[in-house]
Amino acid sequence: MELRLDGVSHAYGGTQVLRDITLTVPEGKIVCIVGPSGCGKSTLLRMMGGLERPDEGTITQLGEPPEGCLNPLTYVFQDFALLPWRSVEGNISLALEDHDLSKARRAAIIEDVLARTSLSDFARALPRQLSGGMKQRVAIARALAVNPAVMLLDEPLSALDAQTRVLLMDDLVSLWTRAPFTAVYVTHNLAEAVRLGHRIVVLSRRPGAIREVVEIDSDLGARGEGDAKLEQVQTHLWHLMRDEARAADAELADA
Amino acid sequence: MRETTVNDAPPHDQAASAGSNARPVPFRGGGFAPQPRKGVGLVVFVALIALAEWGTRTGFITNLTLPRPSDVLITLGELWDSGLLMKHLQPSLTRLAVGAALGVAVGIWVGILIGLFSYVRAGLVPLVAALFPIPKIALLPLFVIWFGIDEGSKYALIAFGTFTPTVVATYGAVDNVDRGLIRMGQSFGLSWASIVRKIVLPGAMPGILSGLRVSLAIAIILLVAAEMLGAEYGIGAYILEAGSLYDLERLFAGVVILSLLGVIVSAVITRIEKRLLRWRG
Ligand SMILES: Nc1ncnc2c1ncn2[C@@H]1O[C@H](COP(=O)(O)OP(=O)(O)OP(=O)(O)O)[C@@H](O)[C@H]1O
Ligand SMILES: [Mg+2]
Repeated sequence: MELRLDGVSHAYGGTQVLRDITLTVPEGKIVCIVGPSGCGKSTLLRMMGGLERPDEGTITQLGEPPEGCLNPLTYVFQDFALLPWRSVEGNISLALEDHDLSKARRAAIIEDVLARTSLSDFARALPRQLSGGMKQRVAIARALAVNPAVMLLDEPLSALDAQTRVLLMDDLVSLWTRAPFTAVYVTHNLAEAVRLGHRIVVLSRRPGAIREVVEIDSDLGARGEGDAKLEQVQTHLWHLMRDEARAADAELADA
Repeated sequence: MRETTVNDAPPHDQAASAGSNARPVPFRGGGFAPQPRKGVGLVVFVALIALAEWGTRTGFITNLTLPRPSDVLITLGELWDSGLLMKHLQPSLTRLAVGAALGVAVGIWVGILIGLFSYVRAGLVPLVAALFPIPKIALLPLFVIWFGIDEGSKYALIAFGTFTPTVVATYGAVDNVDRGLIRMGQSFGLSWASIVRKIVLPGAMPGILSGLRVSLAIAIILLVAAEMLGAEYGIGAYILEAGSLYDLERLFAGVVILSLLGVIVSAVITRIEKRLLRWRG
């Protein structure tokens, strides 16, 4: 399933946040969205998932969600959004309970996603007993459980330390190489963007408009440390972002 | 900053002055985190009772001011032996259970509705604010006319008295439920009922339970008030009768029963909290 945004604009009470965003999320690819703080990345993602309505423009799903998909547009949140009163398996089960599944089927799905995220030993643990990285793996497992057509990730690794971030990035890459999924990945971190993105969308400062779209063709699994091409892209992105951040700063100083 | 301190001390006795100035960093942390201290509460009780016993025995406290605790205990024993205790306790507990259950159940429902729907909130919050400060006892004559002189008016009084604090505690608790979790529920396509049952209600449970503590204490107060105004049996009737005869031993026996009731209710809520809120650790 593809996702297409056409001329999406939005304002929060007089403040224009997004301006004329036109964008396609192709099937089986990861689209990264980067941009300075407050440029409307999270807002855009909320709109893609139907949690918010844009003032102008349309957001369209193209094609059918995959077989056995329970929730076509599925989020992974920055703050994990796990229910603290439910165990790991209970949190995953939450996403399945409203669907007409047999008990055995549900248990099988939970077991499968726990295995895929190497959490099988923690099925009965409560969120407070888990480290940040493990909490986010639970959230990813929960998203995988509903077999989404498009995964919407809003800075999923921002709340984690650098080492955990690298490990989880590897996890995401291996999840994708084993079973390619479609995803929109919002991040501040350009290293994440060039490691995970097939297409990187750079937004300008508020009101967020598309500044540039960078395509990276190389295979996700083949991208490693010290890849010259990736470094080059990252530097290019960094220059774009730095200019935007500077300009945003200057605007604030003028105001 | 560092430069001035260096300049203050002449170079040759720097080491010596450093030695004489060396002192441990003063500790400023700690506190603000009450820990369970087993038995302290009991010690306070026992000490106060022992003081009263000693005072009444030595004549330091006259019999008119305070009954002797051992006499109160004897009175309680007689109450138990004669079977009168159960005769008074049973209707009281029934009234408490029925009235509080009604008030709390309706209160939690209304509180959740206020927490979730703008119109209900706009319509009912001012009403609840208007009802809260009314001393419910003042309305007892009205309740007697509406619900009858028998049990009905007593249930209604207790229910009404527990209703308002429960509503306020519940909608405050619902307001405090993490909206991020609710968005998460929506993003997974959960039904409205599922979101309320699996996210809002458990998330509001800590606030609802601490509201319950207040509501149930109010329920006990109102129970006695209701029974004072017309009941043959009940702790309140017993206390009223003892009071009108200035029988301090029996009066205090009744008061002790009420206190015990309060302690038991509070302990039960603590139990429920431990069970339902285990996830908080
Ligand atoms: N519900 C809302 N009501 C009013 N203003 C909002 C709302 N949500 C976001 N905004 C404003 O819209 C702008 C964009 O917010 P958004 O959270 O989408 O930015 P972002 O790019 O995700 O920022 P960050 O990088 O800090 O996460 C910000 O200026 C924010 O203050
Ligand atoms: Mg954001």
